Amino acid sequence: MDILPILATLRRHKTASGLIVLQVALTCAIVCNALFLISQRLERIAEPSGMADEELVLFNVSGLSKSQDPVAATRADLVTLRGLPGVKSVAIINQLPYGDNFWASGMRLLPDQNAEGVGVANYFAGEGWLQTTGLRLLAGRDFTNDEYQEQSTLDESAVRKIPAVIINQALAKRLFPKGDAVGQTVYVDGPEPLRVVGVLDTLLSPNPGGEGEHERFTMMLPVRPSYSSGVYMVRVDPAQREAVLSAGAAALEKLDARRIVREKRHFIDTRDNYYRQDRNMAWLMGAVCLALLLVTSFGIVGLASFWVQQRTRMIGTRRALGATRGQILRYFQTENFLLTSLGIVLGMSAAYGISLLLMKSYELPRLPWAYLPVGAVLLWALGQIAVLAPARRAAALPPVAALRGN
Amino acid sequence: MFAYYFEMALRSFRRSPGLTVLMVLTIAIGVAACMTTLTVFHVLSGDPIPHKSAQLFNVQLAADAQGDHKEDDEPTFQLTRLDAQTLLAEKRGDRQVMMSGGGVAIEPEGQRAILTSARYSSADFFPMFEVPMLYGTGWTAADDQNAARVMVISEEINERVFGGADSRGKILRVRDKDFRIIGVAKRWRPVPHFYDLSIGDFRNSEDVYLPFSTAMELKFGTMGNFSCWGTHAPNTSRDVGASCAWIQYWVELGTPQKAASYLQYLKDYAEAQRRAGRFERPSSLARIWSVMDWLAHRQVVPKDVQLQVWLAFGFLLVCLVNTVGLLLAKSLRRSGEIGVRRALGAPRRAIFWQFLVEAGSLGLAGGLLGLALTAIGLWAVRQGSSSFANYVQLDGAMLGTTLGLALMASLAAGLLPAWRACQVMPALQLKTQ
Repeated sequence: MDILPILATLRRHKTASGLIVLQVALTCAIVCNALFLISQRLERIAEPSGMADEELVLFNVSGLSKSQDPVAATRADLVTLRGLPGVKSVAIINQLPYGDNFWASGMRLLPDQNAEGVGVANYFAGEGWLQTTGLRLLAGRDFTNDEYQEQSTLDESAVRKIPAVIINQALAKRLFPKGDAVGQTVYVDGPEPLRVVGVLDTLLSPNPGGEGEHERFTMMLPVRPSYSSGVYMVRVDPAQREAVLSAGAAALEKLDARRIVREKRHFIDTRDNYYRQDRNMAWLMGAVCLALLLVTSFGIVGLASFWVQQRTRMIGTRRALGATRGQILRYFQTENFLLTSLGIVLGMSAAYGISLLLMKSYELPRLPWAYLPVGAVLLWALGQIAVLAPARRAAALPPVAALRGN
Repeated sequence: MFAYYFEMALRSFRRSPGLTVLMVLTIAIGVAACMTTLTVFHVLSGDPIPHKSAQLFNVQLAADAQGDHKEDDEPTFQLTRLDAQTLLAEKRGDRQVMMSGGGVAIEPEGQRAILTSARYSSADFFPMFEVPMLYGTGWTAADDQNAARVMVISEEINERVFGGADSRGKILRVRDKDFRIIGVAKRWRPVPHFYDLSIGDFRNSEDVYLPFSTAMELKFGTMGNFSCWGTHAPNTSRDVGASCAWIQYWVELGTPQKAASYLQYLKDYAEAQRRAGRFERPSSLARIWSVMDWLAHRQVVPKDVQLQVWLAFGFLLVCLVNTVGLLLAKSLRRSGEIGVRRALGAPRRAIFWQFLVEAGSLGLAGGLLGLALTAIGLWAVRQGSSSFANYVQLDGAMLGTTLGLALMASLAAGLLPAWRACQVMPALQLKTQ
């Protein structure tokens, strides 16, 4: 296809061609960045918790009076919950991923308080946490029974003596890049040593996807919270989730009338809720992209139709001189391809510029190069689809149209 | 003349209804996207206490250990109990308050216990933040001193427990202790929840208010950010003298001079603590922030909301370019008509205004439709789960802005086509006819 006559024609319609190029460029720039933002959100939402999400049910209990013996009450609660039909295992934990609570501590490799520390999300849990959560040990072992102690005992002493700690893979890599984390000594919030006994494949922080280091690095300590400072995790047969939720709440309130079940919920609901904002944002971005592409295609249809109408005489003359319908069709398609290509080239630089601004103002990562060809293909396809109807109308014009004039 | 142009515009719309609807729709969607996001932004970045926000200051002291902090790292954004109590006792501001969030279960007689959000504060909370009262008042400094068992409840709780009656003097049980109600706060929802951002930027105001000293004496649980350093038994971390920062401290300073001298006083206090060996970090980190500065510093407006505003404006820009293109095509298609008008004596200015009026009418129609779409958009935001969903409303200013934006946008879009239209050479057009 000879493109010189097309360029000659376009030169006579600088404003209209410029507008199409501008519109394609803007759309390309925005859509590339929006698609990248969407993919980032989806990546965040898809981050696995490493837990048996579908099988977990949670209970929060509050006392109306000060409890005389919270440790004994907690033990009784655990026994009761374990006895419910459909329950596989039960444990108490101080906080959970996607929850409202967030406790973090500083972990150091030296006993000196002023040594460089790493912020680490601080999980406490009683026996059975590993089976209940469904987390997977990558190396080392679970805590032994004699390593556990009550949080209430720990709360009374200024010097925390905890023999063992299990850390997540990310933290193990950060502190012990050589891969020999198990058996090493670390210090948490004080001069007392803790031995790393295990490394977990995954243990998300209570606030996963955040920017701080304690939102990537986590540890588990063999410390049993009592009901007032912990959450009961119950792992159940997914089919009986709903039944355990109501039976569990009733059983807990029956044990002690001076307590109320503050919250009973499915773990997946908590997770769903945590990512709702990201999901909304991804939908919104997607809708805007779609609207942008629609508006742009309307613009192309509008201007192309106008051009076809304006060039009726030219088309008729060409047809009369022997041009085939296919040639007329391809003329408009090539013209659109040229305009869109120019728009895409401009749009790519603009996309990159926007990405730089977003990096600076919102600490977003740089737009990966792969998004640029995606945007280009999208807009080329859009341009060709949008121009098809006006181009076919042009191709259908009979040669005699040239003689009739406009 | 204007009426005539308007009539011509209507005629032109009737001739190409499809194109007209398309242009109105484009403007409407673009404007609605902008206005929906802008309204959310406007609400979230608003001033929660307009007539006083410049006189209320959040107080920050760098009481935390040096640790691996760099010289100019941010200090903890709350105070230790010891510092807060000392500043409160020295009373250097016009008013001052120390407080923390909490949660308590209240047990109304003969009803099921209710879990409520609570605020434990000193007496000045009510006059400082101008909490509107339905019945009674807040408590006094003497009540703080005596750790009095008094409480103020919200209108919502008053309705739920007492059916909305004047409940002053009634007794509510909290953790086995009797509290006397001395006041009922009217519905009150500062947006953002500026006086305590540590429990969520857009939380509802609290259900019950208790004196801080009373809550501490009874060891009620607190809620919010708790930042500790040094070694101490965890169950002593709320004691006076514990090395934990967890208290919000605000001071009211009527004039800029008072603010300046208060800042100096605060730095002197920090320096004295440093000399005494209690503080390790530079005393220059002592700071006061007015309400709006504090909200900006703590970046209360979510980044997602800001991104949405940018995205919407980018979208509007594309819609505008699109409208320019379509208007241009339309005006060029009408070259013949313009040629006739010009030949019959219409000056260029008249043609220019005619096309601008046409663009403006499109804009007005787009604006009205955009208003309806904005209302739908905001309704969708309210259905969402975000913590600020309930507050998002279209106000008068935003209503005007919507129509203004649509008109401005369409006029801007109409400029180029109108200019091109008035360039049409009458002779040339008449000849090709």
